[in-house]
Amino acid sequence: MHALEITGLKKSFKSNFLIKKFQILKGIDIRVEKGEIYGFLGPNGAGKTTTIKCILGLIRPDAGDIRILGDLANQIKTKARIGFLPEQPYFYDYLTAEELLNFTGMLFSLPSKVIAERTKRLLELVGLTKKKDIKLRKFSKGMIQRVGLAHTLIHEPEFIILDEPFSGLDPIGRKELRDIILSLKDEGKTIFFSSHILQDMELMVDRVGIILDGIIKKEGKLSDLISHSVKCFEIVLTGIDPDTITRWNPSVECLLRDEQTIIKAANSDESNSIIRWISGQNGKILSVTPVKMTLEDIFLEEILQ
Amino acid sequence: MKLKAIAFNTFKEAVRNKVFYLLVVLGITSAVSSLVISMLTLGDKEKVLKDVGLASIDFFSVLIAIFTGINLVFKEIDKRTIFNILSKPVSRAGFIIGKFFGLALTLLVALTSMAVIFFIFLLISTGNIDLSILIYFFLLYLQLLIITAISILFSSFSTPILSSIFTISLYLIGQVSWTFNEFKSQIKGPVQQAIGYFFYYILPNLDKFNIKNDIVLKTSLDGYSIINGILYAVCYTTALLVLAILIFNKKEFQ
Ligand SMILES: Nc1ncnc2c1ncn2[C@@H]1O[C@H](COP(=O)(O)OP(=O)(O)O)[C@@H](O)[C@H]1O
Ligand SMILES: [Mg+2]
Repeated sequence: MHALEITGLKKSFKSNFLIKKFQILKGIDIRVEKGEIYGFLGPNGAGKTTTIKCILGLIRPDAGDIRILGDLANQIKTKARIGFLPEQPYFYDYLTAEELLNFTGMLFSLPSKVIAERTKRLLELVGLTKKKDIKLRKFSKGMIQRVGLAHTLIHEPEFIILDEPFSGLDPIGRKELRDIILSLKDEGKTIFFSSHILQDMELMVDRVGIILDGIIKKEGKLSDLISHSVKCFEIVLTGIDPDTITRWNPSVECLLRDEQTIIKAANSDESNSIIRWISGQNGKILSVTPVKMTLEDIFLEEILQ
Repeated sequence: MKLKAIAFNTFKEAVRNKVFYLLVVLGITSAVSSLVISMLTLGDKEKVLKDVGLASIDFFSVLIAIFTGINLVFKEIDKRTIFNILSKPVSRAGFIIGKFFGLALTLLVALTSMAVIFFIFLLISTGNIDLSILIYFFLLYLQLLIITAISILFSSFSTPILSSIFTISLYLIGQVSWTFNEFKSQIKGPVQQAIGYFFYYILPNLDKFNIKNDIVLKTSLDGYSIINGILYAVCYTTALLVLAILIFNKKEFQ
């Protein structure tokens, strides 16, 4: 049994003229294993939020089947096992952080003792204990994201869906969120989160699904998907001008910037031979940097195929 | 428990809103000012006090019902706080019913505070309390529940401005719905009669709840029309909420 199983999910939206329909999701298939961290990766507008809203029944799919932990997703009993943090969440701003968690706990029919105990622990976890009596309208974006995460976890859900949870967080906040997600995985929970930034996925996800224009283009281990993740090497040197290099080897890409020569080597072999040649010419190498493949490059590659 | 949470949270939202307080205070102020007006009149002081006082409580409580009803449902959708409810084990029907009870509680508190202060002034200035006014407030409350259900229904598919216009129109038409009754008994032809019946039964009959004239003129109230009013309010409100739930069940939250 999968934690999440989406088969053939399709969704169209009517345009303003009510005639033409835009198909946003064109048959999404996703399998998330129990206990894994799954990154749902794709550029803005690819259909991530639309997919997530279908999972939670906020919008109705045109076709397809969505199961969570074996049960149909859009059922009350299934929702009791899901924790969901929307994209750019907004909460009742007239409540305090503590009141929000209390209210949320009641929506899951938790006993008030349990709510009180978990509220305390979760506010501690997201670092808001001192702010628990402040109304949410005075919270910053990052603090809202934190209280939102606490609200997502109040019923100790087995399956956690986070829509762009890293957006709007500062570097410290990102590190803390990453640690929380990893510790949830250690507790045996399954985490499904979306992002349009590859870096959010690195060092953390077990598998990713890459969505592009309403279709899952690739699914698997991140390292497999971007195996040749170094796109090229950038060699910066002084003492040899680009013209000399072009005369030596016309196929080498190079240019002059701030009196430094910059060479782009396609792979590590080419880069090594260029470095050897430079040494022979008494050029001075300032740096050699592997240029990593970005998500945009992967998307471009996909689109060009 | 879930319904209770939604209802109490709705109540909390309403009473933490400044406009709500403003309207309650205005209602009280104008009810009290009826006292001043009554002291300036030469004729039946008590009659004026009741007439103007009840009218102002009536006006402001209806305003509160429309304002909170439309505002609180629309805001949930507009600010997307509804995502945080419907993604949890709460049905859409549960959401609507919870909202309704929260608004009902809010109106109960608002009306009670206005009524209590009005009674105190009435007692001070006339020396006795007319208990039929209690029945008046009770029937007014039933009317407010119908208005709340109307505003929930309209907010489930329309913008706040249009919803306000629709709700206010229905409220005003409801005050004179007896005319449709007259109309349908006077006109001839099956189609016209059918139209007459249609309007009479579909549009709210709010004049059922208006016993101000009886109170002011001290005519006796008949028990039958009160029970009739209660049953009507329960059925009409239920029908409106069922309709709102049906619309809400079809809705997509973007
Ligand atoms: N209600 C809607 N009506 C029409 N188009 C929509 C609607 N909601 C989303 N879209 C379109 O669907 C596409 C996918 O949106 P979304 O799922 O929010 O993308 P993502 O979350 O991956 O950035 C976008 O092009 C967006 O403009
Ligand atoms: Mg999105």
